[in-house]
Amino acid sequence: MDYATLIQILDSTLRLATPLLLACLAGLYSERAGIFDIGLEGKMLMAAMASGAVAAVTGSAWAGLGAGILASLLLGAVHGLASITFRGNQLISGVALNFVASGVTVLVAQSLFGQGGRTPPLSGDARFNPITLPFAEAVKDVPLIGPFYFEVLSGHSILVYAALALVPLTWWVLFRTRFGLRLRAVGENPAAVDTAGVSVKGLRWAAVAITGVLCGIAGAYMATALQAGFGKEMTAGRGYIALAALIFAKWRPVAALWACLLFGFFQALATRTDVVEGLVGMKVPVPFLDALPYILTVVVLAGFIGKAIPPRAGGEPYVKER
Amino acid sequence: MAQGVEMTGRPATAAPFAIELKGISKAFGPVQANKDINIAVPKGTIHGIIGENGAGKSTLMSILYGFYRADAGEIFIGGRLTPIPDSQSAIRAGIGMVFQHFKLVQNFTVLENVVLGAEEGALLNTSLAKARAELQRLSRDYELDVNPDALIEDLSVGHQQRVEILKALYRQADILILDEPTGVLTPDEADHLFRILKGLRDQGKTVILITHKLREIMEATDNVSVMRRGTMVGTVKTAETSPEALAELMVGRKVLLEVEKKPATPGAVVLDVQNLRVVDEHKVERLKGVSLQIRAGEILGIAGVAGNGQSELLAALGGITKATGAVTLKGEALPLTGKGANGRARREAGIGHIPEDRQALGLIMDFAAWENMAFGYHHRPQYGAGAVLMDNAAVRAETDKQMAAYDVRPPIASLAAKSFSGGNQQKIVVAREIESGPDLLLIGQPTRGVDIGAIEFIHKQIVALRDAGKAILLVSVELDEIMSLSDRILVMFDGQVMGERDPEITNERELGLLMAGMTG
Repeated sequence: MDYATLIQILDSTLRLATPLLLACLAGLYSERAGIFDIGLEGKMLMAAMASGAVAAVTGSAWAGLGAGILASLLLGAVHGLASITFRGNQLISGVALNFVASGVTVLVAQSLFGQGGRTPPLSGDARFNPITLPFAEAVKDVPLIGPFYFEVLSGHSILVYAALALVPLTWWVLFRTRFGLRLRAVGENPAAVDTAGVSVKGLRWAAVAITGVLCGIAGAYMATALQAGFGKEMTAGRGYIALAALIFAKWRPVAALWACLLFGFFQALATRTDVVEGLVGMKVPVPFLDALPYILTVVVLAGFIGKAIPPRAGGEPYVKER
Repeated sequence: MAQGVEMTGRPATAAPFAIELKGISKAFGPVQANKDINIAVPKGTIHGIIGENGAGKSTLMSILYGFYRADAGEIFIGGRLTPIPDSQSAIRAGIGMVFQHFKLVQNFTVLENVVLGAEEGALLNTSLAKARAELQRLSRDYELDVNPDALIEDLSVGHQQRVEILKALYRQADILILDEPTGVLTPDEADHLFRILKGLRDQGKTVILITHKLREIMEATDNVSVMRRGTMVGTVKTAETSPEALAELMVGRKVLLEVEKKPATPGAVVLDVQNLRVVDEHKVERLKGVSLQIRAGEILGIAGVAGNGQSELLAALGGITKATGAVTLKGEALPLTGKGANGRARREAGIGHIPEDRQALGLIMDFAAWENMAFGYHHRPQYGAGAVLMDNAAVRAETDKQMAAYDVRPPIASLAAKSFSGGNQQKIVVAREIESGPDLLLIGQPTRGVDIGAIEFIHKQIVALRDAGKAILLVSVELDEIMSLSDRILVMFDGQVMGERDPEITNERELGLLMAGMTG
């Protein structure tokens, strides 16, 4: 594999890792607060459809983004209602919402546009277009670093940079702010938060809302930046891979970035089977590459790479008791 | 009525009251947990609230801390009417609560736990710095040493409790409520706690100590209020009462704190343990070569501070953990490793087991009483209608019989185990294990979390089993219980037997030294 090929693959790695990263950070807020959210996938899908549709109608990617966030928040609110207010089973709620999203997206897209469950192709301002970073042109010809900066780092949509910026921001919020302390506490021992006079439900609702916003951005990125419009099941399991990355990263924001980049790298490799074949000297089936994130996650869960301890109160509705 | 009891619920003190509750009532469905409670706690005192489990002590304190809302009644703090709809209001009113089960975040530092909910601003750094300075001051003033940067999960329970107290003091609590604070502590830790509480009182704080242990009331409190079945029976000065008088108030009748039993008539050796060793999952040796014998018709008590190998001894003999050494039961060697070493094989061999943690090992909390009554013995022919099916009618009939015989309340076989009080749960376990007719009964903490009435009953059953010629191994952290029940006492320390004592001759001091590892 030559340097140009590597650059190409890294470029698509970043592109493909972005929705994973957004969804992974979304899941991180929720799970750190003790609400398991298997419905990341459904929220992304709903957001992708909503943003694709609104962007197609209005011609504005930003309007699409807003619609995507709203749609995702709506699903998140149902999840919150089921798991926080009514203390239902979080896994069942998440799975159910995934099914709802899978059906509703195609239904709505078909009835609006009649194009086989797709939204119309987007172009121009209806998409988030690539941004050239400062000095990209100038350093383009510097050996090694130049192509890396120009090809890999520069030339992505604003959402990619937003996702990257969210990593340190999330770290700072979690570990340097009062909100973060309480958020982590409520995922570990909600009774401690409750007896300290802080609302458990309020914190969990806040976390679910943040998850909704981030999943909304992830879905909008899928339909208005990575691709040009919504297509049936276009998230293709990214919500689950993001969950896998979250476990792989042991619920830590910076590690989540690396996990998502790694899993994005696998996805990029899956599109370049010729390169993989050249590297390992034999034909590797694409499904195997697709499965790698899950295999790695199982390895982590089995305790081969340190121990992945989820937030202790995760998945359990909080019932007041002494 | 015992002497020195005033029925007004008000001790004879002229000082203003830190807390005054008037006419507090609270019902959970049909259960009246608190009925028209009146109590007044003078400022700067340690006030005990004592009562059996289920007497309504914890409910009352939860109302005071805003965890529950009272159906009726008024709360006065420092003389002012103060409604407490939630914990936030309680904290604002200067009330701090140390719950029986600590409310700490395990993977947070001490500092983070103290600050949680009482932060200074949106950013943490200033809060943490302020709390660090404040903690230093508090730990100096009140003997409350803890490392502010230690993770809670690395601390002993005694230290975790100090963190809870620090949390309350950091919130400037003037009134500190402790719910059964010594249940998890070693005697040393408990003594330290009482020193801390007295220090707090001397600084003008008011302390409310909820407990069902008479000894602690006598040792640590200035006044004591007694609750029984949801009502306040009376308030007395501790100096003017006695454990017997309090016990009588608690249960409403005379209680035998001493167990009545005839001298033992030991028969043949039933259990012979030689050089028993247990190594735990962290490769730490928990039992370091324990040898002991128990004869038919005697109770061997194992005294010791929790965590010195008693649990491992019970688990190894009960077939729950693997061990090395030699164990014979009525002359038959028992396998200590491999397939033959499991709970069922031990029960078949004639060893009954009342485990220390009845909620984890003794019962399935979500299952009905009648199902629990058969566990461990469910394969016995008396419960089997065939090779596959169970004869549920037979189990239910047996349960009804045992519930009557062991006075399990309420006697409803279909009620889930978790719906019974601690004492009645324990009676179910005791009934099951005794009625299965063991030659040797292993008993761990038979009366932990059990109210006085049930303690008396369970003790009688244990003595009756001994008099029926069975061998009994009794493990308890309650020294009173060991001393009054046992025919011989072994003291364990650090996985070893420190020595044997005769309960008629020894005293708590001597046993205490042995429990601390000093052979003298």
